[in-house]
Amino acid sequence: MGRTLAEKVWDDHVVRRAEGEPDLLYIDLHLLHEVTSPQAFDGLRLAGRTVRRTDLTIATEDHNTPTLDIDKPIADPVSKVQLETLRRNAAEFGVRIHSLGDVEQGVVHVVGPQLGLTQPGTTVVCGDSHTSTHGAFGALAFGIGTSQVEHVLATQTLPLAPFRTMAITVEGELPEGVTAKDLILAIITRIGTGGGQGYVLEYRGSAIRGLSMEARMTICNMSIEAGARAGMIAPDRTTFDYLQGRPHAPQGADWDAAVAYWETLVTDEDAVFDAEVVIDASELTPFVTWGTNPGQGAPLGASVPDPASFEDPQERVAAENALKYMGLQAGTPLREVKVDAVFVGSCTNGRIEDLRAAAAVLDGRQVADGVRMLVVPGSVRVALQAVEEGLDKVFTAAGAEWRHAGCSMCLGMNPDQLAPGERCASTSNRNFEGRQGKGGRTHLVSPQVAAATAVLGRLAAPVDLSSNVAVEV
Amino acid sequence: MEKFTTHTGRAVPLRRSNVDTDQIIPAHWLKKVTRSGFEGGLFEAWRKDPEFILNQPERSGATVLVTGPEFGTGSSREHAVWALQNYGFQAVISSRFADIFRGNSLKNGLLTVVLPAETVERILALTEADPSAEVTVDLEAREVRAEGIAASFELDENVRWRLLNGLDDISITLQNADDITVFEQTRPTFKPRTLPVL
Ligand code: SF4
Repeated sequence: MGRTLAEKVWDDHVVRRAEGEPDLLYIDLHLLHEVTSPQAFDGLRLAGRTVRRTDLTIATEDHNTPTLDIDKPIADPVSKVQLETLRRNAAEFGVRIHSLGDVEQGVVHVVGPQLGLTQPGTTVVCGDSHTSTHGAFGALAFGIGTSQVEHVLATQTLPLAPFRTMAITVEGELPEGVTAKDLILAIITRIGTGGGQGYVLEYRGSAIRGLSMEARMTICNMSIEAGARAGMIAPDRTTFDYLQGRPHAPQGADWDAAVAYWETLVTDEDAVFDAEVVIDASELTPFVTWGTNPGQGAPLGASVPDPASFEDPQERVAAENALKYMGLQAGTPLREVKVDAVFVGSCTNGRIEDLRAAAAVLDGRQVADGVRMLVVPGSVRVALQAVEEGLDKVFTAAGAEWRHAGCSMCLGMNPDQLAPGERCASTSNRNFEGRQGKGGRTHLVSPQVAAATAVLGRLAAPVDLSSNVAVEV
Repeated sequence: MEKFTTHTGRAVPLRRSNVDTDQIIPAHWLKKVTRSGFEGGLFEAWRKDPEFILNQPERSGATVLVTGPEFGTGSSREHAVWALQNYGFQAVISSRFADIFRGNSLKNGLLTVVLPAETVERILALTEADPSAEVTVDLEAREVRAEGIAASFELDENVRWRLLNGLDDISITLQNADDITVFEQTRPTFKPRTLPVL
């Protein structure tokens, strides 16, 4: 019987398989950041172990880094200690690191792909759930906990429980103004935050094949929000073109050998998935979340749902809690929901294409009075590219704040946070209670919707901006 | 890791679904570089409410958390497991756990027990009605017991063996270090390396 993409990559990395034991898998690339690694390095030190493969390991600083005044000492002493700990550990164990101020610094899931380190058919791990991002290249990529970080540092392997496979087939074409973000939000709402549990998702179909690498990363990034182990997309010409010429992409004869291998990384025609979901792309519209988990979403044209409309009692209670936390009334059209802040950035939507999309909407327009808009590039490289294209000028001319690269308001570990009760349209991936700051309220949106929302001061799509005047609601 | 064989304790019934790791331990606590001292951050936002179940005096000293489905969704932060353990929890019972959280818990000896939703409901009801009710999580017999309830649960045999013996994964893997070396010799040359490109 044929095999799926995920099974092929898995099989190619089995170091040891024995009855009654989980498979021991080899890890091709281990990404580190400051938050989930200190206790792992401590563990190594305590046991007198070393990093087995420093040449397959790389660290960057992202979660704690400030996005203003980066040339000054870090104001928060606790963040400072954590960043210094990573620097010390990297030096002691011989791991390459890109610290704040370095041209390769940025959000770990933006940095790996742009360096060309994330490649088809590799296994990629990081102590970070959004490692699923790298699956966009046909890599088997998943987030791990700190104990596993230590395990990979020490052995370059992981014992892993078997997975199931789910095909998410998206056929047709995404309508004008509908993006990868809308698609993945719609998928999560459809299958639920636990719908992908135990599965590696493979996104396939004509709509997926038509997407850029950046859009594919947006989709795979949020696989974890459906509870999945990982998300993957088969590599193709788009993938190879993105990789070719990047600093760590193979060269010469190695490139040819690599492409020959990568071309085999497709699900066989006769392979069988354990589950399948089919989605018609042409039916999608801009999608936003109204609740406090990424599965609580609806089309922008819809209204805040009535909790009573949920059949499942757990979902009903969850919706009641969510509306209370979010300060929303059932039945309110989503387009009437006013925001205080807009955040464009994160490993979901902080790449150059996302900034271009947001800038295109903002160009010649103004951020609404009373709305604060933060634009945080996913990496220094993205920032440099944006500056070269003049996007930073578009943002600042519109009244948005152009910041330095990092995770920033995606999780508010640095000073970029919402105040209690503040409402934000955010291009990030999690709308959990307090995620963007204590008491903050998050609506997940695409970069286009974020920009249109900033202009009108309420949830909106670019089509609502026929003129620069706020449409009456 | 400490061995886990069997544990009996009073419970905290937390009747919520989708308890994400940002609720279990908010991000600002993640700046700590140790594995201990997270108890103060456990459910920090909810604990501000005096009515919150964890704040009820009769729940103090409880060691078993009983909760709704999709517990531990979200971030991969192992700090969520440490926070639960630092606070004193030894076992968590739910009908569904997020994968990464579950993996993290079992690596630290926090036993996450999956039971059918109806059984979880019964334990919730029992422990809500009677704060002094004891719940036993018996890993040897793979069974959860409480007044009027005896429910067996599944757990991967290998994981169970590691927990019962308090074994650490890294030492087990290193016993097979030769397999790793052999595998490394067959890795294609085109595989990426992180060494700086000059
Ligand atoms: S941008 Fe957000 S989701 Fe991505 S790694 Fe940073 S904190 Fe995590």
